[in-house]
Parts: sequence; C-alpha cells; structure tokens
Amino acid sequence: MARFGHRGMLFWTGLFAVTWALSTWSFQLYKALDARWIIRFPAQYELPLDDRISDFLDWLVESANFYLFTFKDLTRAIAATIEWPYQVLRDLLIEGFQRGLGDQAVQIAPPLSWIAVIVTAMAIGHYARDWRLAALVGACFAYLAVFGQWQSAMITLASVLIAVPIGAAGGLALGIAAYRAPWFERLLRPVLDLMQTVPVFAYLVPILILFGFGPVAALVATVIYAMPPMVRVTTVALRGVPPEVIEAGRMAGCTRSQMMWKVLVPSAVPTLMVGVNQVIMLTLNMVIIASMIGAGGLGFDVLASLRKLDIGGGIEAGLAIVVMAIALDRASQAFARRGVRHPPTGNVLQRHPWAGTVVLVIGGTLILGRIVPAVQTYPEALTITTGPFWSDAMEWINVNFFDAFEAAKTVVLTWVLLPVKQFFGGIPWGWGIVATGLMAWRVGGWRLGLLAALLTAFIAASGLWAKAMVTVYLCGVSVVIATLVGIPLGILAAERPRAGRVILGLMDTLQTLPSFVYLIPVVMLFRVGDFSAMIAVILYALAPAVRYAAHGIGDVPEPLLEAGRMAGCTRAQLLWRIKLPLATPQLLLGLNQTIMLALSMLVITALVGTRDLGQEVYIALTKANAGQGIVAGLGVAFIAIIADRIVNALAEGQRKRLGLA
Amino acid sequence: MKRLSLAAAALLTAGPALAQDSSEPIKLTLHDWSGQLITTTLMGEVLEEAGYNVEYVQADYIAQFAGLKTGDLHVAMEIWETTGREAMDEAIATGTVVNLGSTGMNAIEEWWYPAYMKDVCPGLPDWQALNDCAQEFATPETAPLGRYLGGPVTWGGFDEERVEALGLDFEVVHAGTDAALFAELESAYQRQAPIVLWVYAPHWAPSKFAGEFVEFPPYSAECYNDPSVGPNPDLAYDCGKPRGPIWKVAWSGVAENWPGAVPVIEAFTISNDDMGAMVAEVDLNGKSVEDTVAAWMEANKDTWMSWIAR
Repeated sequence: MARFGHRGMLFWTGLFAVTWALSTWSFQLYKALDARWIIRFPAQYELPLDDRISDFLDWLVESANFYLFTFKDLTRAIAATIEWPYQVLRDLLIEGFQRGLGDQAVQIAPPLSWIAVIVTAMAIGHYARDWRLAALVGACFAYLAVFGQWQSAMITLASVLIAVPIGAAGGLALGIAAYRAPWFERLLRPVLDLMQTVPVFAYLVPILILFGFGPVAALVATVIYAMPPMVRVTTVALRGVPPEVIEAGRMAGCTRSQMMWKVLVPSAVPTLMVGVNQVIMLTLNMVIIASMIGAGGLGFDVLASLRKLDIGGGIEAGLAIVVMAIALDRASQAFARRGVRHPPTGNVLQRHPWAGTVVLVIGGTLILGRIVPAVQTYPEALTITTGPFWSDAMEWINVNFFDAFEAAKTVVLTWVLLPVKQFFGGIPWGWGIVATGLMAWRVGGWRLGLLAALLTAFIAASGLWAKAMVTVYLCGVSVVIATLVGIPLGILAAERPRAGRVILGLMDTLQTLPSFVYLIPVVMLFRVGDFSAMIAVILYALAPAVRYAAHGIGDVPEPLLEAGRMAGCTRAQLLWRIKLPLATPQLLLGLNQTIMLALSMLVITALVGTRDLGQEVYIALTKANAGQGIVAGLGVAFIAIIADRIVNALAEGQRKRLGLA
Repeated sequence: MKRLSLAAAALLTAGPALAQDSSEPIKLTLHDWSGQLITTTLMGEVLEEAGYNVEYVQADYIAQFAGLKTGDLHVAMEIWETTGREAMDEAIATGTVVNLGSTGMNAIEEWWYPAYMKDVCPGLPDWQALNDCAQEFATPETAPLGRYLGGPVTWGGFDEERVEALGLDFEVVHAGTDAALFAELESAYQRQAPIVLWVYAPHWAPSKFAGEFVEFPPYSAECYNDPSVGPNPDLAYDCGKPRGPIWKVAWSGVAENWPGAVPVIEAFTISNDDMGAMVAEVDLNGKSVEDTVAAWMEANKDTWMSWIAR
C-alpha cells in the first residue's frame, strides 16, 4: 500500500486501528453506556421486508391478474412451452416415444442408442474443428457409457440442451436491447448483478410456486443463473465491432434490423460464442442444485450417493459432470474459433459426410437394436466401477492421517480463524456502516462510498448483521488463503508451460466438479465446522486466482520483457519488477472473481453447518419462507456488490497508474 | 387387447369407483433418501397394479407442501412427525392438504453412540453415565466440554435446551445436512474414535454401525411444556425426544380425481423392521430400489393385495 503515499498509509492504519479498538471493546462500551443498540440493531426499527416480500409473492400467486388471465396462468403457460421440447428431447434420448399413458402406453420408437449418440457427438466435434476434437468428445461420451452413467447423463444432457439455447437467446436479446438503448442498460446492470450474486436457493421457492414442481422449475432457475454473462458478453461484443464494418453496412443502405442481424451480430459471433460457452459452464454448475428441485440426472446421483456415504459413487457421478463439461466446453470453444470454410463439392454424401454417417448410424442401430439389445443400451455387465477403490482410499487416509490433520487444523483454528472471527464479530453495526463507506470513498470516490454505506445499512437494518459478519470473516479468510496459494500456482503455470497444462487442467476439474463431491470427504477428515467450510470454499474459489494470474503474467508485452532483459534483469527481477506490477490489474480481476465464487459457495457450506448468511438462505428454503430467503440472498448479493466495486475501483486506479487505461 | 384386459382386471380389483377415476397420472413425490424412495416406489407399484397411472416427481421435503397445496403434486409418502409436523399442520389448516394416516413406521430420533464407547463409558446407555464421561467426547474446539453433533438447525430438536436442563457437560455442534452428520460418524467409526451424535431410524446407519440410542428420561408432552415435570424442576426439555409416526399426506383433490385410489393409499402400512431390511439392501448391499421393492412385493403378495381389495 506504499504507493498510496504517506497520507493514504495514515488513512488505512487509522481506519484499522479504530475498527480494531471498537471491535475489541464494543461489549464493554455497551455495558458502560448501557446501550445495547451498539451491538444489536434495535429490533423495533428492523425493516419488515421479508414479510412484505412473502405477502407480495402470495398476492402474485393467488390473485394477481391481467384481466384475461392471472399471473400464475402466465408462468404456467411459459412452463408448458418449455416442457414440450424438453419432453421431446427426453423421449429422444432416454424414454423413447410412446403413445398413451402408464400401463396402456405403446412404444412407437426406442430412444437413440448409445452408439448413435456417441457418433453424433463425434460428428459435431469434427465439424467444429478436427479429428482430435472428435476423438476427445467421443471418449468423453464413451466414459459415460462405460462407467454406467449413461441414463443420468442423458437426463442432464437434455436439460442442458434446453437451458443453453434459452439462456443464450434470452441473453442475446437483452444484450441487443441494452446495446440499442443506454437507459435500458443502466436499468439492467443492477439486475444482472443481483441475478449473479443472489444465491439460487433464495429464489427457488417462488420459482417452484410459479412454475410448478419438476424439471421445468429447475430449468427456469438454471436459466436465471446462467444468462447474465451472455447479456454482458453481447453488449461488449456488439460495441467491439469495428467502426469500418458498421460504416460499410450504412453505405450499403442497411435498415436498422438488417444492420443488427446481417452486420453486427455476424461480425460479433466469435465473442458471442464465448458467452455461449459461459452459459454452458454455468448450466452445468447448476446441475446439483437443479436436481434438488426435480431435475434428476447426474446431480441427483451425486446427492443420493453422498447421502448413503457412497463416496466412490459420488465421485464417479461428479466426474461424469466434469467429463460432460469438458466435451461441451471444448466443442463450443472450437465453434467460437471456427472460421468460414470453403463449401465442399460433390454429391450429397460427399458434401455432408458426417450428416450422412449420423443418419446411417441412427437408422442402423435402430434396426439392429431390436435384435441385439447391447446396441440399443450399453450392457450393464460391461460397466466399470471404481467405487470401492475410493472408499478404501478414503478409509486409509482417515485412519492413518487423521491425527496429523487434526493437529494442523487446531493450529489454523486458534491462530487464524478464531481471532479473525472475533475481530469481525465484534464490530458494532453502526461503525461497520461508516467504515465500509469510508473504505469505498477512499478507493472510488463519494458515490461509491455512499452506495457501500447504504447497502451495508440495509444488511444491518434487516437484522442480519451478525450472520453477515460471519460471512465476511469466512469468505475473507478463504479468499486470502486462495489468493496466497493461487497466485504462485498461476505464476508457475505461466512460467513453465508443461506444469501449466497440468495446473490449469486441475483447476478446470475443480471448478466443474460439484463441490458436494469433495465436501463429504472434507467433513470426514476435518469434522463439521468453520474449518471444513473454509477448505471447501478455498478449493472452489482457487481457480480464478490461478487463471487470472497465469493470464496476466503470460500477457505482459514482449517488448517490455526484452527491455528488461537488455537492462540485465535476472529471472527473479524480471518477475518481481516487470511482470508482477504489469499484471496487477489482472490479479485484481482474479481477486474479484475469487471473492464472487467464495460468496457463491456460501449456500453450499451451509450444508456443512456454518452460521452465516448462507445458512439463513438455506433455513428459509427448507421452511419455504420466500421472503426470508430473498432478504438473506440480497444480503449476500450486497456484500458481493460492495466487494466487486471496491476491487474494480482498485484495478482501475492501478491501470491508470501503469498507463494501460 | 392388452388395454382391455388390464382395464377389466383393474375394474375387478378396484371396484366400481374406477369408473370416475381419472386416467391422468397420480404424482408421487421423491426425496433424496433411500427409505423414502422405497416407500414411494412401493406405493406407486401397488397403485399401478390397481390400474392407476403413476408419475414420480423429485421435490424438496418441505418445499413440496407448496405443490401439494396447489395440486401440482398429489401424494407425499413420508412426512415425519418429528421433522415435518409444523409444515404438515400448516398445510392441512389451509384445507387443501389431507392426512391419509400413518405409514405404520415409527420415527425414532435420539442421541446415539457406537458400541465401542461402552468400554470407555461403563453404564451406558443411561444418560447420567454419558454425562460422567463427557470429557471423553471433547475436541480441541469444545474442551473441556464434550462434543455432541446435532442435526441441521432446521430439524429443531431442542438439544441446547436439553443440555441446559439436564446439566449435560456437552456443547451442541450442528451439522448442516444429514450427509455431513453421517460422514462424521463413518469417519469416527473407522478410527474407533469417540462420538455421540443425532441418529434417526428407520435409516441405514443403525444397521451398518453397531451402537445404541442414549436413554434419557422418557418423553412426555408435559416435560416439554411444564418445567416442573422431569428431573429438573426449573427447566423444560429435561427428557428425551418424542417418537412418532411417519404420515402419508395428499392433495385434497386426490379424492375427487381418483376416488378409488384414496383407500389404497390409506391402507398402505409397513413395519420398521421390513423397511429397515429394505433400506439396508439398497444402501449397504447396492441393490436397486426397484429390485428391492419387487422382491418385497413378491414375498408379501397377500399384504399388498389386501390394500387394493378394500
């Protein structure tokens, strides 16, 4: 912080000293002045927002109407519209087409055979890039069959295939609207912030009531969660279209809509595909939570295995999600980079070799599958399971190393977690509001300061101060540790490409592997409590710290490095004096993402037994109290927004100082 | 002609009521623990035998009441007296949800310890003996008090109050979910380490791990409401936890749409032992829910036939 100069130094030390003093003596202060309001927000002034929201939702569900139809009719109609294509996909992939109900059902056609699905996936892979991608995608899908995850994986695939187009198209539409109308963008930005930061659990109950129980509600929740990046990417992509292209369009006499669909969108496609890729990854992130409210599939397998402590089963189903994510991620990235190619010539089969093959394989397996069942469904006898191995490995670690873990844990608990918890827990709410405002003001000006103070005041006034401080403490410690571990790993990945591939691959896995899978082994080794929650948050939030560090270090312009070498810098000097300072904005972005991910893990850590806002959201969910859930969810979102704005302001300042802006 | 014969068979078994029964599927809710999946699949299979169409819908245990009230969901097979009573009463009060009687299973919830703890603490399962060796259960976080791992806060259970009222030298630590609860038990059991925690039955844990429930002064409603009852004259909750039935509930519209199905659901009963055996088959021996249910139906044909015949 030396760069802030002497006065800056004084400001931060002073702020910390006052906070520390108030935190340490707040209880004595309350006793001395007999003013309990110092440590507890007075109950009679608490905002009755949760009841209001619950009442509003009741009204919305029971009596809101637009003369011709009620609000619920509207949402139910939307649900039916989504359900129809979803059911068709399910029939196609899992159940087969039937006529009639239940016992009277007659099967018209079986679902696609596993061979047909694998061949189709490979065809798409080859179309998107080359044989190597086709082989990778094929291997991923073969994994699903061999490890006996086929049925569940196809259910998950069906929901992904519905959620992604809706998320991508909706995001594109909103993004275009925001691009055209600046007022709409201003309106949309806070909404997007909330969509990304309010924990999904918080709005599950209203969604269930409005859209009915079952897969559709899960799809709607998934779309809400996965759409925001698409909106943001769309506006950025459209703004990034070179002015010459737009000029050419104008000269050709394009109308407004021609301009959008024939000029802007096509030239923005590569960037837009990055957004689609994000939508796919976030959709897969939601698999577990969606399965809690009726999506079924791999997410349900993970939950069900872990409920019976079948760790191996959980890992296999979890890895199936990872494998699926890899296949979809690589394929969609290849589409993003795919340039225009010359159309091949020849007859129909020569021009469309893959489409031809796919049709032939589907037809062939359809007929052959009637005679040889193994062609239709992968034979159960040939599936492999590694379940016992994982359970035995876990037991061995547990029996042999538990005491060592316990000792390490006790040290961290007594020297790090407990002191930090006491520090944050002791801060009186009144000073908390002032201090947050001052910090934000110092970093980003009076507007940011006011915003931060107001948002903090909302949390205090909702009676959530204590839980919010536990949240800040838990996320704070985890983020610091994740950054301390992640940045060196990122630097290593950038400096040594071979290690980099392994590290980044590991990070991809950690991020797509449902956190539930490692939560249970963590609990077995570290018991229920804050420490286990911290480990889980660190594991999940590590990835962006590593990735942005690797990206930032790798992106330092070559001429600057050359200049450093000419000046006779050693390798270490090159790193410390040139690469790291120049990568600071990227590192801060990584920090920002780490904080966001840590906060989004809160609801999951509540499942281990923390007493933070995540727990409040979770309690609200299990009690079906929509208002309480949304208020606590907003609390989490506001913490995220304050952190986001402050870190962004820091990054902006740093960029200006480096002349990169 | 399969349809005709099936319909005829259904007519014979379900009686004349079927004439008004809807052919729409009856939606049964599934949760994420095996016992409930077994109960629900068994009910579904029996309803199908009686000629009804059945659909299974994945839903959250408490959140499902929102769906049962509106008729999005129709039948929930396991509402535990111990954990679901509040939500069930609230839903029944609206008049849109009805209680279709007990499943015949009895829920037990109590403090539980593995059998090897008896060597360390002679006198168990008595609660005073447990208290005498509380320090055996201490961990660095809770020392000098013993550590008791309670269920998720949402389960209630009044454990803090119980510790206070009975003067137990224990600190209550809440697990976030049932999976976390049993993960700790498995871990401790592998190491033969001391542990006392909240266990409930019917569940696979009491069949997989040898152990016993702690014996507290027996529960009574007065003990919870009236401080003077029980060993501690000044505080309530100075006794064990209540035990109670597991209920079947349904949307009130089920009686109108499938009048013949209601008696079948009401007649459904199964014992704790039968259920415990089936849960162990699925969770410990790795058999599928469908196969386990089919095996039970094969062996107990008379039982479930009598549900339909009524």
